[in-house]
Amino acid sequence: MDFTFSEDQLLFQESVRDFLVNEVTAERIRASWTTDSGREDALWNQLAELGLTGMTVPEVHGGLGMTELDFVLLAQECGYVGLPEPLVHTVMVAVPLLNDMGGELAAQWLPKVASGEAKVIVGLEQNVLVEDAHVADLLLIQQGAKLYAATPDQVSLRHNESVDPSRKLFTVELLDGASVVASGEQCAALTASTLNRGALGCAAQVLGLAQRMIDLSVQYTSERQQFGKPIGSFQAVKHHMANVAVRLEYAKAPTHRAAYAVAMDQDVAAHAVSHAKLVACEAANLAAKNSVQVHGAMGYTWEVDLHIFMKKAWALANTWGDAGFHKRRIGERIFVTDAVLGAGATFV
Amino acid sequence: MDLAFTQQQQAFREEVRGWLAANAPLEPLQSFDTEEGFIQHRAWEATLNKGRWGMVTWPQVLGGRGCDLIEWLIFEEEYYKIRAPLRVNQNGIFLLGPTLMEYGTEEQKARILPKMANGEEVWAQAWSEPNAGSDMAAIRTTATLEGDTYIINGQKTWSTRAVWADWCFGMFRTDPESERHRGLTFILVPLNSPGITVRPIPQLDGLPGFAEIFFDNVEVGIENRLGDEGAGWSVAMATAGFERGLMLRSPARFQETARRLVELYMANRESADCDPAVKDAVLGAYLDAESYCLATYQTACRLNKGGKIGAESSTNKIFWSELDQSMHATAMSILGARAELLAHAPSANGVGTWLDGWLFSQSGPIYAGTNEVQRNIVAERMLGMPR
Repeated sequence: MDFTFSEDQLLFQESVRDFLVNEVTAERIRASWTTDSGREDALWNQLAELGLTGMTVPEVHGGLGMTELDFVLLAQECGYVGLPEPLVHTVMVAVPLLNDMGGELAAQWLPKVASGEAKVIVGLEQNVLVEDAHVADLLLIQQGAKLYAATPDQVSLRHNESVDPSRKLFTVELLDGASVVASGEQCAALTASTLNRGALGCAAQVLGLAQRMIDLSVQYTSERQQFGKPIGSFQAVKHHMANVAVRLEYAKAPTHRAAYAVAMDQDVAAHAVSHAKLVACEAANLAAKNSVQVHGAMGYTWEVDLHIFMKKAWALANTWGDAGFHKRRIGERIFVTDAVLGAGATFV
Repeated sequence: MDLAFTQQQQAFREEVRGWLAANAPLEPLQSFDTEEGFIQHRAWEATLNKGRWGMVTWPQVLGGRGCDLIEWLIFEEEYYKIRAPLRVNQNGIFLLGPTLMEYGTEEQKARILPKMANGEEVWAQAWSEPNAGSDMAAIRTTATLEGDTYIINGQKTWSTRAVWADWCFGMFRTDPESERHRGLTFILVPLNSPGITVRPIPQLDGLPGFAEIFFDNVEVGIENRLGDEGAGWSVAMATAGFERGLMLRSPARFQETARRLVELYMANRESADCDPAVKDAVLGAYLDAESYCLATYQTACRLNKGGKIGAESSTNKIFWSELDQSMHATAMSILGARAELLAHAPSANGVGTWLDGWLFSQSGPIYAGTNEVQRNIVAERMLGMPR
């Protein structure tokens, strides 16, 4: 039993955090909102140079051959800065799906993903819309019991604006030339594990988002004075933030456990992911609610940075399976006659 | 990261399970807040100690097993699974014991720990005073050193287990000129000392789980001072840390409550589902108990590798105490009209244990520093918000 990250994993987290905090500033995110794509090739290339786009790409295809567990702390950091680029999607969703599929498609695309040359984007029916389809060089789209591969010329996209200006969502209509790459049971299995990894990536990101909202709120309430003192010295304000800290603290271990279960392909993975997604999103939603409150009227403005992170947390809460979806999956495990629950059952 | 128990850990679990199955009482003991129950629980402590299962984390030379925190968590899981008796001497073994090991002299350890271990001496807390509750630094009970003897005068209250305990430990003001947390000294006091009056206070369940202690020129030898004179605050902070933290509140208890809550819901599903919020509360309780377990294992593993407990540990008591309260509130909703029945009411049919738990759960957010004080600590020390 060793529920800790390795020195290497923690060092990697630290260096990626330093990079992201320096590079992906609120100003840069706001600037990206004014561009057509909302995405920056320069930033993507930097991420690729750090090896990040190829983290889960096998070494034979030019990647680092790492796992979801190696990436989970980095996904938290992506959340912390509100990274608009589809890095979590690439590492947690697209690459593992290609790995699962194997064959020619994987051999063709994985090296390009690792080098940063190409982006692969996955669309599952669960999510209704497809994120970042406009920058995809290859789309893997689920429709019913079939999984299609399509290049940009084989799809018609329609942009749908999100509350989070950094999120770019699309309906994807498949045109001639899109080919079926998996169907039936194989498609179902691929879709199921992809959904779990997407939800895990979501959980990890919202942990970072919640921490960012806490940090912004602590900073704001330490500076803002009313009644002759910083408002952060008032207990009512303190307790709002303490409540967030408590929920966030206890959402971390479930998320790390889910990353382990996914990386090890354990039977408990789906359950662990649903647990993580639920408690992480609950913590992030509380962070949003209490942070906007302690920011007062400033929190209701476009100018203050809080909304960059708050809106992303709101959006992620209902993607890759909303609360109802994940609660149903938890229920299927615990509300049955032969459920294995209680003390000593957690790691069974 | 490796989330599997080692063979050694699994073997340890088997050993704990086997011993408990052979030795734990088949029938629940009386409450240790009754005289008869107190005697039964004291005997159970002796039984545990004889099997060297009393304090598995204590060093071997002190009758423990030198277990690390993971083994401790395993022990607790098996202990709560079989519903073995609550620990009447928890103030001693979990709070004072570790504090003594850190701050006590060799003489004190040799004199006090073995009798604590076998239940021969049961310990009560003597922290709070009528005007020093959440604000513990407001302590006024004095201990005046005359020669080698402290003369204690004043009053302590909310002293858990004091009615039938043998000793109490607490902080006393040894420097009458001092203010706040300076000038306090940690002293161990035999409860049979002349000049002590213990007045039981019935708790919500009607039983005297705590008491007031009046000190009228009580003489205590200097050998019963723990740590230096005037250093009481830092010694007590270590003890309070044990109280709030990992050691006393392992996740097993809450996971077992969550498991029983799921079973209660399943057995009463038709009526329980009339309130759609109930199912969600049961599911949430299960998830939170699991989260608490996972977070505790993560912390324990970090500590095992030489990490330190940080300010984030202040979130611990808020989380489990409010979880315990909400789980029991949900159980009361499921039980409906039977929820109010005492355990021995003829129609209770065993539901009374939920009521006992519900009553007890009211104390969690209050004792060991109210959750409001804990939230201030989280905000100030963990988040760095202004004082």
